[in-house]
Amino acid sequence: MTASPLDIALFAAKLGVVFFVILTMAAYLVLAERRILAWIQDRKGPNRVGPFGMLQPLADLIKLLTKEDFIPSAADRWLFLLAPAMAAIPAILTFAVIPFGAPITIAGRQVPLLIADLNVGVLFFLALSSIAVYGMAIGGWASNSKYSLLGGIRGLAQLISYELSMGLSLVPVIMLAHSFSLTAIVDAQSTVPFIVYQPVAFIIFLISITAECKRIPFDIPEAEGELVAGFHTEYSGMRFGLFFVGEYINIIVLGGLATTFFLGGWHGPFLPPVVWFTIKSLAVAFFFIWMRGTLPRLRYDQLMHLGWKVLTPLALVNILATGWWLALAAS
Amino acid sequence: MATTEKMTLNMGPQHPSTHGVLRLVLELDGEVILKATPHIGYLHRGVEKLSEHRTYHQTLPLTDRLDYLAPMHNNLGYVLAVEKLLDIQIPERAQVIRTIMAEMTRLESHLVWIACHALDIGAMTVFIYAFRERETVMETYELISGARMTSNFFRIGGLSQDVPPEFEKKVRDFVSVMPGYLDQYEGLLTTNPIWLKRTVGNGVISAEDAIDYGITGPALRGSGVDWDLRRDNPYSGYEKYNFKVPVGEKCDTFDRYKVRLVEMREACKIINQALDSLKPGPVLSDYPQICYPPKENVYNSIEGLIHHFKIASEGFPAPEGEVYQGVENPKGELGFYIVSDGGNKPYRMRIRPPSFVNLQAIEKMSKGSMIADLVAVIGTLDIVLGEIDR
Repeated sequence: MTASPLDIALFAAKLGVVFFVILTMAAYLVLAERRILAWIQDRKGPNRVGPFGMLQPLADLIKLLTKEDFIPSAADRWLFLLAPAMAAIPAILTFAVIPFGAPITIAGRQVPLLIADLNVGVLFFLALSSIAVYGMAIGGWASNSKYSLLGGIRGLAQLISYELSMGLSLVPVIMLAHSFSLTAIVDAQSTVPFIVYQPVAFIIFLISITAECKRIPFDIPEAEGELVAGFHTEYSGMRFGLFFVGEYINIIVLGGLATTFFLGGWHGPFLPPVVWFTIKSLAVAFFFIWMRGTLPRLRYDQLMHLGWKVLTPLALVNILATGWWLALAAS
Repeated sequence: MATTEKMTLNMGPQHPSTHGVLRLVLELDGEVILKATPHIGYLHRGVEKLSEHRTYHQTLPLTDRLDYLAPMHNNLGYVLAVEKLLDIQIPERAQVIRTIMAEMTRLESHLVWIACHALDIGAMTVFIYAFRERETVMETYELISGARMTSNFFRIGGLSQDVPPEFEKKVRDFVSVMPGYLDQYEGLLTTNPIWLKRTVGNGVISAEDAIDYGITGPALRGSGVDWDLRRDNPYSGYEKYNFKVPVGEKCDTFDRYKVRLVEMREACKIINQALDSLKPGPVLSDYPQICYPPKENVYNSIEGLIHHFKIASEGFPAPEGEVYQGVENPKGELGFYIVSDGGNKPYRMRIRPPSFVNLQAIEKMSKGSMIADLVAVIGTLDIVLGEIDR
């Protein structure tokens, strides 16, 4: 099949729109978080720039861009410069496999509303989530600061504690959908979302992705009370901004993934599919913000205990139970 | 075979959770603390030395700035010590208002403690909530003294002025809603599994060790030692009030947390009892040699003005001798030891700051634990560098 100019144009348009929407959403998620936290904490939050503070992200962007891009003299220069990009790019790339709406028809062509319908979408996501930690680890190491180094080490320790349980919690989903493709997983939930069949897997996944996007109670690599700012202590200006925005992109993407795997993807009554997808993803993001307003922080060895001694065995048992149940249903 | 090295980490004086300008030099094996050495002195202002060059009245404002989270309590310790030296009595009303404000200060100091302690452990909302309530205490401070932190409200012989009429209602309203707010914090923390994981078994110090280190205040009571100066060596009329002294059992951060929360509830009760016994009357004793004259006299008569001028410029001679007065500050025993050679200035004034003594235990309490635990230990010791460095 050769791609016609129209196909290419549609694809480019889709890419542009997704890229724009994700970045804008990430910026406004920062604002939303600040406003929601303020609401939880009985204060006002940023409400000065523009109506209801709506231009705050823009002001923050201008501030970050015009700040000095400081590089410590003892830092490993190239790695220091590269690390923020290595943290942000995997987060954006992951969105490529998430179907965010029902296929639509434009000029007689079926246009699926996702960037790349990989038949190994789940593996793609897991691979990228492992790569994302390199930005943190390398950034922490290249800064040549002890706080950053400890932050980077904590990040790696955190990765090995949640990654396994996150992968294992997705196995039942794959078993139910009979596919690694995210499109197929969403199609399998057209009537009942998987959260109904797999509440345990959903909870494990939710805990794991909270650790993945380094949110309280698992914001251990950057715990400001302990490590000043953890792995990004030495970063300033837009390089810090990239780490920061990368984290919020990650929240949106992981919210989208939780939606796709467990909450029925874009399926839903009355409202258009894209709207349903957005609502569900933002609900997950809201849950993260809510947790930040409620919970203290775990110690990093406690997170490792939780990951290895509780979540991973639980996920394994859940897989066995799902297999047993599927075998019973088949016979 | 790979070899590992110890890492030395310089934590502070600029660090988010060293509560001011504490500097800790940590020797780490990974994140495990082998040695924690506190380095102090970044906030040293020489309060003790300065007081040797000031009259007794002029030293009072310096005490505001010791434990700046409990200014009125520092004032109280100082004025009680000087009054003991002079052997003078103060009017009933002044004493009751002093006690009310001392307990309000305890509430304020403990509110800042729970706020910072929780924030260090990651619970951000408690921080904002506690500062919201602290605001009311600050408003009360402002109402009676005009300043929010450096109140300088007490005077040797009484108070600088009477409280305004709305004072009583403001304080009563505050202590009636405060227990509800305490329930709110407890709802967020006391049964929270993560909070328990971080505080139970953290920073354990046995009763014997706590006594050996000279720890006082909630940190001592958290270790199970039933000792509170307000009850065991009463001052400022505390013997008239009915209150419980909470004591912990497990000697850990969680028990110290519980002790302080109960103390806040008890402080509300003390304030209520004190308000009940508050009667109109003078707030400054009638010792013309020692106390300032009333402001009306200063502004309206030449005798009053001269009187004021004499007290303000020369002060008063104190009898020769030495006194020690300890008060139960929110953070522990705050003591003032004054040696007088009969002049109008102390020959020597030594301040026993609770935080300074309590801080010694930090290595004992954090050895073998992780950086995250150390932060919890700093929080639970509730230190203020203003009085450590003095």
